[in-house]
Amino acid sequence: MPKPAEKSTVKKTPKAKTIGAQPENPAQLIVDGKVADNQWNLLPLTGEEEVSADNLVAGKIILPASVWLALREALQDRKQEIGVWLDSDETADLIGEYAGELPLIAAHFPAFTDGRGFTAARLLRERYGFTGEMRAVGNFIRDQLSYLTRCGFNAFAFQGEQPLSALTESLRDFSDSYQAAVDQPLPIHRRRALA
Amino acid sequence: MYRYDEQDHKLIRERVAQFRGQTERYLAGELSEEEFLPLRLQNGLYVQRLAPMLRIAVPYGLMNSTQVRRLAHITRKYDKGYAHFTTRQNVQLNWPNLEDVPDILAELAEVEMHAVQTSGNCIRNTTTDQFAGVAADELVDPRPYCELIRQWSTFHPEFAFLPRKFKIAVCGTDEDRAAIRAHDIGVQIVKNDQGETGFQVFVGGGLGRTPILGVAIRDFLPETHLLSYLEAIVRVYNQLGRRDNKFKARIKILVKAMGPEEFARRVEAEWEQIKDGADELTVEAIQWAKRFFPEQPYKTFKAGHGEAVLRDQAGGDKAFARWLERNTFPHRVEGYQAVTLSTKPTGIPPGDVTDRQLEAIADLSDEFSFGEVRVTHEQNVVLADVEQEKLFALWQAARKHGFATPNIGTLTDMICCPGGDYCSLANAKSIPVAEAIQRKFDDLDYLYDLGDLDLNISGCMNACGHHHIGHIGILGVDKKGEEFYQVQLGGSANQDASLGKVLGPSFSRDEMPATIGKILDVFVENRQPEEFFIDTYKRIGLQPFKERVYAKAS
Repeated sequence: MPKPAEKSTVKKTPKAKTIGAQPENPAQLIVDGKVADNQWNLLPLTGEEEVSADNLVAGKIILPASVWLALREALQDRKQEIGVWLDSDETADLIGEYAGELPLIAAHFPAFTDGRGFTAARLLRERYGFTGEMRAVGNFIRDQLSYLTRCGFNAFAFQGEQPLSALTESLRDFSDSYQAAVDQPLPIHRRRALA
Repeated sequence: MYRYDEQDHKLIRERVAQFRGQTERYLAGELSEEEFLPLRLQNGLYVQRLAPMLRIAVPYGLMNSTQVRRLAHITRKYDKGYAHFTTRQNVQLNWPNLEDVPDILAELAEVEMHAVQTSGNCIRNTTTDQFAGVAADELVDPRPYCELIRQWSTFHPEFAFLPRKFKIAVCGTDEDRAAIRAHDIGVQIVKNDQGETGFQVFVGGGLGRTPILGVAIRDFLPETHLLSYLEAIVRVYNQLGRRDNKFKARIKILVKAMGPEEFARRVEAEWEQIKDGADELTVEAIQWAKRFFPEQPYKTFKAGHGEAVLRDQAGGDKAFARWLERNTFPHRVEGYQAVTLSTKPTGIPPGDVTDRQLEAIADLSDEFSFGEVRVTHEQNVVLADVEQEKLFALWQAARKHGFATPNIGTLTDMICCPGGDYCSLANAKSIPVAEAIQRKFDDLDYLYDLGDLDLNISGCMNACGHHHIGHIGILGVDKKGEEFYQVQLGGSANQDASLGKVLGPSFSRDEMPATIGKILDVFVENRQPEEFFIDTYKRIGLQPFKERVYAKAS
């Protein structure tokens, strides 16, 4: 299993990059097919991070991956309330086998047409043994719910005003599938050949 | 051919229901234009210059007569009574109403058809040789692998929002009749020294505004690893392909920027992780897929009998002899031949057929070819399994329906995109150029003397008409709001694939037939016996053509 990128020292600021649109933090979301209150506070990337383990807000928080990588060691005793979010240009191997110790990972969709998060979730689930809450954040749309679910997402934090309980209908657009994915370990060709 | 089971039917029905809901939400204003766009594209629906356009999938070009009859019915009921065969072996309707599309898809689903992923930034319909399974020079029938790829790629949850469209082609012969190196992935079936089947895998080919031929990143992939290797390639692309500029988003740009060696290294590293996982094809799965493409119930004929009959008939009828020479193709089974029905008589947009013609195709396939039909990437129709003794009867019937123009492989058998007459992307019209050229070169003896010659026309640099790989390629360009045409020479789609070179400054539409005439004159004057246009071009180069075409009148 590939090792995650090692960070030797705690840096105060993440590597310089253009700060794009940041995911919102809605009050409610869909988790495991039901509408639920959002227990987690997603901290956006501001570009002026001066965070350390000491000045982080209390409670359940979702840190930008770059910030979390820098503070991971120092946050060992808060492990159960620290989640991580990946931006769409950050790949799953950035978290790698640390995935196993995280309660929540979010993947950001800056635009719903940006499909990198689908691969990130699948790899976290299938390769890096992630079993916690896999949350979609940002601008994905309801019509993607069935594919997102197949790739291992089980939580959906829609942005803006959304009739959440109506959206859950789209989770059931398909009742079967051709390929193997997180929800179905056997592709149809194997199931048919066995039949 | 492949037949749906209950699982296929269920999946396609659920897709139709999903799209019906999306269309209703769009029409009710609940789904924005921007959000509806990729959803409708992935169901084959474009919004074009004059009306929506629906692209219906014909997996690897294969249909049965029931499906063809249903297409005829759909063109009558929902459209203007004609359809268009595309260069990706699909079928397009030019005039459906957006509100009717869910009903059209439901009618298609009843006959095991759909329009899934015929557009959009996802894995498109897989294409192959139109003579798959019957070609005498075939190593292994590619169709079972195409079907496995179809199922793997259909509704692939991870790869529905790629950086850009993604096309795969498979070829089972040495002579590449599927233009595999012009695809994002080209799969060439090969055998190793032990006689085992496997694949040579090309990646990063594509036409469009940056035409590139695919490069081989693996010379022998064991057949059980086909899907896992495809998955590894698309996964690397999905993560690393550019998304900031749609003109640089195809996999070819990534492969070029990264270098094929580095790209191959990343694919292999990803594949190592998944190759023995669930996507590995079991021997049983491959056998299962092969069962759908069994040997047809061929009759046994005495060696040479069919040829003798044909010689006789051809001897007494020059027109039949011409058709036999140009529009039929050798079959691996004694006594059979494959027939190409030409959709390119002069004056009809290449690839267009009426509802009546579709029904005629269905009838002819039932009578002469086990009820199966193939669409070719040259936009014609193939009946693959015709008894030699019945070719004369088929020819007469084909003539009646307007399919017997004996021009297959010649100058007038052009590939041509719909162009500015229909397409909102086009810079220029392409159909009138095709027609003007067909009118100028309507002397069959001259066409036959020229021999095999691919002329491909695209109305813009998106290259739907594959102009880069035509021996003569024509590209519509916009010059200050006026339509002009650039000419390229020396492209080829075959195993010695090459991209055409631009001849020089572009021409007005009126100048095009005469320009093509000058190019052909240079060929005829310089050719050596047995040379086709592409051979002469490769020997003498661009310069002699350039000098003639741009010579100042003296």
